[in-house]
Amino acid sequence: MQCPKCHAPMHTYNRNGVQIEQCSGCRGIFLDYGELEALTRVEAQWAQPAPQAYPAAPAWGAPHGGHGHYDHHRHKSFGHMLFSS
Amino acid sequence: MNALLPALTATARAAVHAKPGTNCCCPAPDAVLADRGDDATVVRHGNTVAKAHAPGADPAGLSLRLTVAARLPGVLLAPLDPTPVTLHGRLVTFWPYGIPVDPETPRAAPWEAAAGLLARLHRAPAPAGLPAMRGPAKAARAIRRLRALGHHPAAAPVLRAWAALPAWARAESPLPSARHLCHGDLHLGQLVRHPVDTGPWRLIDVDDLGVGDPAWDLARPAAWYACGLLPPDEWTRFLAAYRQEGGPAVPTAGDPWPALDVPARALTVQTAALAVVKSFAAERPLDEVEQAVVDACVRMGTIPPELTRGCAT
Repeated sequence: MQCPKCHAPMHTYNRNGVQIEQCSGCRGIFLDYGELEALTRVEAQWAQPAPQAYPAAPAWGAPHGGHGHYDHHRHKSFGHMLFSS
Repeated sequence: MNALLPALTATARAAVHAKPGTNCCCPAPDAVLADRGDDATVVRHGNTVAKAHAPGADPAGLSLRLTVAARLPGVLLAPLDPTPVTLHGRLVTFWPYGIPVDPETPRAAPWEAAAGLLARLHRAPAPAGLPAMRGPAKAARAIRRLRALGHHPAAAPVLRAWAALPAWARAESPLPSARHLCHGDLHLGQLVRHPVDTGPWRLIDVDDLGVGDPAWDLARPAAWYACGLLPPDEWTRFLAAYRQEGGPAVPTAGDPWPALDVPARALTVQTAALAVVKSFAAERPLDEVEQAVVDACVRMGTIPPELTRGCAT
């Protein structure tokens, strides 16, 4: 197969299990029907997992991510706070 | 004050045993459940609890509040008698004993039950003439106690956050809208199981109950979550259960904070004020949890409150 742009020969490569054609001259890539979607799917699997979603909180709230005092949830002071006016 | 406790104990005993001087084998005879000088004194004898309400409690208001409890036995613990008696100048009421949440295991807190009870309370009709819910008044009292300390380095951000609240949240003007039946002082000490052990959870303590913004009753857990004290999953369980039961304080979906912002700020400020007062009295620095609440007040200073539901004034 020849590159439709520069007419150099195209070679078939396997990228993450998806067959793609790349031009040996201009390095352009030719994707068959469905191959772009297949690559997108593969990319999504590789992406880092999304950061943990917290329930909505007010702007004046404590910053999330390691700053909470949940580790000290048994903290005597918070225990008292839970039970008093 | 000292005369009240023995008199109250004797009254509780007399409520259980018709004949004076009877030897009894009741569980927890003459047990003192609470004895807070300027607030309520509560004693237990067997299955009966006698509560001497705070000095200066309004008799007419208390009677209406007791009527609400008697009419909503599926939500509030019903009094044994809806009419208070007077003892040493204090109003005294009688209640069945219920088992409270174990303070040693806050992780086992019945968040879903609490949320469901609140949703049902908020949906119930308020009787005519019922006074305002006393949440804002309690916050204002905490601020008065803080001001009485005089200069304290942690007081300034707390007072600034207080000053930024709308007048209704500072108990300086009537609540402009959202007139629902509210508990007024929800925390984990306000839940008991009755009958003991096997019974369903019920809300207790009607002293602050009244009409007001129902978001106030959600605002303590909301404030604890916002301050990074209550884990997100416990807050989510509480909020989801409230919505599931059709509670009117927050929209059924989406961001609840436009409705919660002002009450949660007020309760954060109240908690911070009392924490500063307490640490000052004990001559110790703020601990980590108390500091987290004061820090939230500091951050509030840079972010004006949400103006919601016509409650802006």
